[in-house]
Amino acid sequence: MPAPLTSTPAQPVISLRNLVKRYGSFEALQHVSLDVQEGEVVAVIGPSGSGKSTLVRCIHQLERIDGGAIYLDGELLGCEREGMHLRTLGANAIARQRRQLGMVFQQFVLFPHMTVEENVMEGPMQVLGDKIEDARSRAHHLLARVGLGHKFKAYPQELSGGQQQRVAIARALAMRPRVLLFDEPTSALDPELVGEVLNVVADLARAGKTMVVVTHEIAFAREAATRVVFMEAGRIVEEGEAKATLSAPRTERLRAFLSRVM
Amino acid sequence: MPAQAIAPASVTTPTADDVAAARPRPTPMRWLATLALVLFAAQIVVFLVRNPRFEWPVMLKYLFAETVLKGLGMTVALTILAMVIGAVIGTLAALLLMSDWRPGRWAAWTYLWAFRGTPLLIQLVFWYNLAYLMPTLSIGLPFMAPFVEWDANTIITPFLAALLGLGLAEGAYMTEIVRAGLLSVDPRQHDAAKAIGMTPVQSFFRIVLPQAMRFIIPPTGNQVISMAKATALVSVIAMNDLLHSVQLIYNRTYQIVPLLLVAVFWYLVLITLLYALQSRLEHHYSRGHRRTPASSVDSAPV
Repeated sequence: MPAPLTSTPAQPVISLRNLVKRYGSFEALQHVSLDVQEGEVVAVIGPSGSGKSTLVRCIHQLERIDGGAIYLDGELLGCEREGMHLRTLGANAIARQRRQLGMVFQQFVLFPHMTVEENVMEGPMQVLGDKIEDARSRAHHLLARVGLGHKFKAYPQELSGGQQQRVAIARALAMRPRVLLFDEPTSALDPELVGEVLNVVADLARAGKTMVVVTHEIAFAREAATRVVFMEAGRIVEEGEAKATLSAPRTERLRAFLSRVM
Repeated sequence: MPAQAIAPASVTTPTADDVAAARPRPTPMRWLATLALVLFAAQIVVFLVRNPRFEWPVMLKYLFAETVLKGLGMTVALTILAMVIGAVIGTLAALLLMSDWRPGRWAAWTYLWAFRGTPLLIQLVFWYNLAYLMPTLSIGLPFMAPFVEWDANTIITPFLAALLGLGLAEGAYMTEIVRAGLLSVDPRQHDAAKAIGMTPVQSFFRIVLPQAMRFIIPPTGNQVISMAKATALVSVIAMNDLLHSVQLIYNRTYQIVPLLLVAVFWYLVLITLLYALQSRLEHHYSRGHRRTPASSVDSAPV
């Protein structure tokens, strides 16, 4: 993790303040606050139902939050100011805000009616307005980067889970996002395919991409992440520098969680 | 010769059975049934060909008659136009039904209720006689004097009445077909579309609808085939479709059976063409879902 060039406090890329998310009477996120700086790789760990996936989905505005605020480079997400009031944004304005973020889902969710190449070209062409040749060369470059340069004419159905997930990563990267969000990228994979995907993610981390990775892979979090955030029952219980926090947890609950999963 | 396997210590009495050498069991009942089917089909063909009451020569004489071909053209035109109108209305109504705008949902539901709940024949008669209920058609603000006005009798031609009747009725059925198709698409696809910054409109046309087409095409094919035959109803509103055109001829010549066979022939031709078209469309929209072996593009292992 390169040291910052200046000593002034940088504005965090993502800033969560008192996030609240409810499903009916169930509070999935209870006043969660978090800052993500440029170039950081934040691993979010915790037991099932702790709200990790919800957190990442809320940042990407796939869910509407019920309280608090999310800021991307200082811009409030999901709402705009009108004098003294906040107005929720319409679907098209939210879509524009989403372009700064990329997301990789647990179930890959590639577009099955398009080839691998078309999957990666779709965003740049339809959303960013790239020309077809530019989109295609960028798609080939990204697919080669994730190790699938030879598969660009295949359909998602013909690929293994690990290959599909790597295409999904290329698809997210094609949008040139500020931040990449990962929602348990390896949880749906056979164990022997997990490594190939984690290698790609670790590679991106080394290249300095800002990422938030929800994961169960503690070893990966220790090696590739700069910071780790431990969530339980909708709250952040502990957070800190990755290696230090994972080898010497301060809270009993994190200690208990780590001893269960490792 | 299969290799002799070495039996592990736990196996006490090794046998020499190998199911690879098994032969299928004989099926005498199947052979008998096939024979019966062939005989039955042969009897039908002979009946059709040898029965003079069908008057095949008369049928062939009128097969390409000008009246008949005009009627056929009208049937084809009405089928295509009514299906297009129905598909567009159906898609809009389906989106309304699935939206969170309650008045829109109620409007769509009422439309379905009215147009599926009444016979098509009655709807056609109403549209044809619209001038009786609305002597003038006008554009203007509600409850105020209109900007422009037309005489309904001149505007509502039988053709327009037929299109309105068939199109609106078809739209009601298409709504449920489109809605079923949209429901069949994994909601995570919409999430993935949103995740690359697509607006709802882009997501609908690029990601969701193409995947829904796989489930929309087969029932829609059904509807097109029904529509091709439902167009026969327009004969009650003085339109010359295929059935009406053969009726015109046999009302003169009293050769009912062969003229009906002319209509049957053309309907079957039409339906066969629709089968072929549907098959091609299904093939196009099943890209990425066909269970074929992996493409030859990849040479390297995982």
